[in-house]
Amino acid sequence: MPEISELTIGDVIAEKNFNLDRDSLVRYAGASGDFNPIHYRDDMAASVGLPGVLAHGMLTMGLSIDPVVSWLGDAGKILEYGVRFTKPVVVPAKGRAVITVVAKVAELDPETKKVRIDLQTSFDGNNVLGKSQVWVQL
Amino acid sequence: MSMVNPNIQGKRYPRSAAYLVGREKIREFARATFASEESIDLAAAKASGHSDLVAPPTFPIVLQEFGLKLVIADPEAGLDFSRVVHGEQKFVFQRPIVAGDLLTSELSVASVKSLGGNHMVVFDTEIFDEGNSLVCTAISTLVVRGEDA
Repeated sequence: MPEISELTIGDVIAEKNFNLDRDSLVRYAGASGDFNPIHYRDDMAASVGLPGVLAHGMLTMGLSIDPVVSWLGDAGKILEYGVRFTKPVVVPAKGRAVITVVAKVAELDPETKKVRIDLQTSFDGNNVLGKSQVWVQL
Repeated sequence: MSMVNPNIQGKRYPRSAAYLVGREKIREFARATFASEESIDLAAAKASGHSDLVAPPTFPIVLQEFGLKLVIADPEAGLDFSRVVHGEQKFVFQRPIVAGDLLTSELSVASVKSLGGNHMVVFDTEIFDEGNSLVCTAISTLVVRGEDA
């Protein structure tokens, strides 16, 4: 467990890349129960005017918190996690989409030992989540 | 032209059936969201003081879906789901969800707002344990695109 006294605002606590392919989307569909076909069928994605098959926003949100959970060593320390979905992640039929997550210390409350971590999740040079904030209990 | 009925603001949908959180369901969901194997290690969870595996932070989405299905099926709501885009999502925990929890959820419509031809609908899903204590609130903002958007 990290010590709050050792943290400074702006510290990068974790950085990680995630490789998404079509298998990843099918696996998430099964685990979450979200079987919207725009997440696995090119023809369905095209029929509603999308640039391609998209990763579930909730998959992007779900993987973005993994570096924070690993840093904490306990998912039970997460108090609050919120994001805004700003850009879609297009996942090609062949190959993969690479998502990069950078987690930084944004706010510290030494009294309650609560820390806010801000996440920057990017794909193809653009942030795909906005206002991505996690409150954790140290 | 309405892609969602604004009068559903404040509407509360019936409580879901009980959902038993399974240890292997947690593992399946965790692996699908690229969680580390350490985060689904039973001995590690117990060493941290939990009675069983802790669900990943976005796992309550599974329970939120039960409530959203009621809204989609509700003729009064008139929600055209083909026009829906997920705008925002938040989870606020009173305590972590762990394997073995028997949960129920209840969705209500917090607000319906009109914004530049689109509608923004905010749903609050409260998740309770067997003792009826609040475990988590899932807050979801859906954007319903207008016909010209």
